[in-house]
Amino acid sequence: MIEFRMPSLGADMEAGTLLEWLKKPGDAVKRGDIIAVVETQKAAMELEIFADGVIDRLLVKPGARVPVGDVMAIIRSSDTASVPAVKEPIRSTEPFGGLDASTVAPPSALPSSSAGQELRITPAARRRALELALEPASLLPGPDGIIGLQEVEAAGPGAMPTRAKGIANAEMRAAIAGAMARSNSEIPHYYVSSTIDVSRTMTWLAAENAKRSIADRLLYTVPMIRAVARALTKAPELNGRFIDGHFQPSTVVNLGIAIALRGGGLIAPAIIDVNRLSLDEIMQRLRDLVARVRGGRLRGSEMTEGTTTLTMLGEDTADWIMPIIYPPQTAIIGFGRVADRPWITEGRIISAKTVTVTVAGDHRVSDGRAAATFLNRLDQILQEPDTLC
Amino acid sequence: MLNVDFAALVKASLFSVAPDLEGEAIDPDVPFRDQFEFDSMDFLNFIIDLHRRTGIAVAEPDYSQLASLAGAVRYLKSQIDSQGAE
Repeated sequence: MIEFRMPSLGADMEAGTLLEWLKKPGDAVKRGDIIAVVETQKAAMELEIFADGVIDRLLVKPGARVPVGDVMAIIRSSDTASVPAVKEPIRSTEPFGGLDASTVAPPSALPSSSAGQELRITPAARRRALELALEPASLLPGPDGIIGLQEVEAAGPGAMPTRAKGIANAEMRAAIAGAMARSNSEIPHYYVSSTIDVSRTMTWLAAENAKRSIADRLLYTVPMIRAVARALTKAPELNGRFIDGHFQPSTVVNLGIAIALRGGGLIAPAIIDVNRLSLDEIMQRLRDLVARVRGGRLRGSEMTEGTTTLTMLGEDTADWIMPIIYPPQTAIIGFGRVADRPWITEGRIISAKTVTVTVAGDHRVSDGRAAATFLNRLDQILQEPDTLC
Repeated sequence: MLNVDFAALVKASLFSVAPDLEGEAIDPDVPFRDQFEFDSMDFLNFIIDLHRRTGIAVAEPDYSQLASLAGAVRYLKSQIDSQGAE
């Protein structure tokens, strides 16, 4: 028997609210299958199972708030899965009344991403549905195919006052504050930064994009992600997790990407094993992540398997950033905006596109020298954009 | 020139790439970036969607001309006009 527990989907998470089960008792599950959707303070997250087996019991009901670490379901391991199917319908010992497996729609009937279709519901609507104790999957989308606040209110009991749009979510703020306070108290941060001439990379990218159709154009974030991931392969102290008092370096780079939410807040899901991806694949993953951060669902593994994080201020913002490490990671890399600035080369002052990159490192694991070496390597890589393909 | 409601077209593109903004009032002169925390990904998706709707492929160096509703309308009109003049 395997206990399936509420995972910690980030240092800022204390509990999650179960939105729906996508599997029912008796269903066979494979490692990586999505079995539940939970709402955290930040987003709806899809929980994957990390072993093969058969769902034995579901211990919590949709709508229940489940602390991190609490058992949510019992999974029979595949070895013991030869239990006769006839035993499966006996559910008189359901630990909670009401939720018989028959009330849980089979996964194929749910518009889940595991069924190939995303349930298109806005985070605000999802939250509101939860408040009104409505099943998101039971709601009818509007004419645009999306379940918004309007659709939730229409399905809700009577006219409920709608919350004003655009208010920074207090829970989100509390979650970020909690995680960052923990990071600052646990991790002895150091900061090292360099200003890097990215003219070559930006020129290369402009030429590349001019050759491409609009839909295939790359954001400059993409070659930057590639360069950072390459440079990290030779900076093991900046790429891993600090767990139970020990640093565990990672052989692959799972790069967390800090993505801003409209109305405030950040989520940093990871692109898994960046170095195996082409530039186009990185762009595709980034587009997918941004879309799911804003309106859909993230997968639990994207929140737990990051080995370091990248945060980019973006165009028309500010020059540099001193970011705070997401525990249990041991480094975070911050890019200020890329802008035209005076630059000295071969004794002359020229105009160049530059960016200031700051590495926050963890003194329990490394010193500033590791970050400086990383920055020099990053600089070298960005001078040879042809090699980024 | 075709009688097209460019403002409605631009709004439709905007809402299709940022459905969470549907129904929001838009100040035509304030860049989307400042009004709605539009980032570079939102903007690229917006340009892609405009291309799908109008066939106009905005070159990267022209992006800044479409930063606001009024700017985007002006740009699309100028493109259609120059096409019509050819």
